[in-house]
Amino acid sequence: MTQKSKLRGSFAEAVADIPDGSTIAFGGFAMPGTPFNLIKALMEQGAKRLTLIGNTTGGAQKPRMPDIGMLVENGQVAKVICAFTAATRPTDTLPFTKYYESGEVEAELVPQGTLAERLRAAGAGIPAFYTPTAVGTELAEGRETRMINGREYLLEYALPVDYAFIRASTADTAGNLRFHRAQRNFCPVMATAARVTIAEIDNPIVAAGSIDPDDVHTSGIYVHRLVQIPPEPEGLWPAKRQERKR
Amino acid sequence: MSGTKGLNRQQMADRVAREFQDGWIVNLGVGIPTMCSNTDIGDTDITYHSENGVIGYGAVAAEGHEDLNLVNAGGQNVTLKPGAAVVHHADSFGVIRGGHIDATVMGAYQVSMNGDFANWKLKGQKGGGIGGAMDLAACAKRVFIILEHVTRDGGSRLVTACDLPVTARGVVTLVATNYGLFEPTRTGFHLREIAPGLTVDEIRAVTGGVLTVADGLKQIAVGG
Repeated sequence: MTQKSKLRGSFAEAVADIPDGSTIAFGGFAMPGTPFNLIKALMEQGAKRLTLIGNTTGGAQKPRMPDIGMLVENGQVAKVICAFTAATRPTDTLPFTKYYESGEVEAELVPQGTLAERLRAAGAGIPAFYTPTAVGTELAEGRETRMINGREYLLEYALPVDYAFIRASTADTAGNLRFHRAQRNFCPVMATAARVTIAEIDNPIVAAGSIDPDDVHTSGIYVHRLVQIPPEPEGLWPAKRQERKR
Repeated sequence: MSGTKGLNRQQMADRVAREFQDGWIVNLGVGIPTMCSNTDIGDTDITYHSENGVIGYGAVAAEGHEDLNLVNAGGQNVTLKPGAAVVHHADSFGVIRGGHIDATVMGAYQVSMNGDFANWKLKGQKGGGIGGAMDLAACAKRVFIILEHVTRDGGSRLVTACDLPVTARGVVTLVATNYGLFEPTRTGFHLREIAPGLTVDEIRAVTGGVLTVADGLKQIAVGG
């Protein structure tokens, strides 16, 4: 393959050119698939007025790892699009919540399946779609619905992004990715929705051709930059969640 | 448990789990619903689906044997059963919206007599926590709810109409509380089984709408 190398020597180098005002999607569901190292590098890089997309804003679990909430605390975020602006337990408070409640940061709350499908649609050239999710709820108020075969559906628009930050288990130099277990979650659809996908990789990056084409989860055509994650403590890895008191 | 009457959390989950039929694909929400997977339901074969795309997960991993890249919807490190598969998030919600989930079990703040329920936003709250609840509620074949029957200040959670923002309308088919097992009937709730130590009159006093009672009302069997 003659393509320009996708390998980057550091997380800082991989995120160096991200401008203010960018829209960035972060993979991850709980710890698996979350690009902790790229998020940390973005905090150090300092881009501002960002729109960030992820399942949650983070901070509900301990130990806390780099998350959207930390970028908010760092003053880098204008808006968040996510499935949770509050914790699942009403007694918990997310670090993000006070910035949202005070109006410092905007948020768009989206049902999780709708969020995934909006990203998938963006990557697949579908501008909008109808879904039964959220019909009859506060989220559907004032929005376009349509009866199809006797059932009411809500119109949702595709969600294209400038950058996707994802984490995978294995990559080859062509950018083909494999995920381990629940690492996959949003990562493949975010990669398709992004102009530029940056992936941090657990295992040593292998030569193109080393992953059997039948075993590729995300094609390298969607992946533009790869960074090998160094061992701890330099690299950030999923940690065991601390058990909580009831 | 803090001085509540009737069933404890695991017993509520056990009662719901005994509704599961052989071959079902079941999605368990965070909190008490997760405990359904602890219930001994003999050789009933259930495939547990987690919204993050894990299809066919098993018990929580033993201490020291966790795969930190393998979690269920609650973020617990679980194990996989033989035959498990992993798909990405859009496919996982395709499983849900496509009608492939036989039953979803969720917690809630309120359930109404016409089958609405509320579990994502508190009164006066800005935003909330939706997660996968709206997709599951709208699209699973059966929606089972587990919740404490009364609030801390004695109010009912089985109400004539939800006064909290709903997650979906008219979808709940079964409600397990610490007081009993109920079905919404549009005009009230039908008590199918009663928890040990409770009376029908006690339950009627804290249940919205008309309470109808099953012929030959049975007590919920409590294991252990």
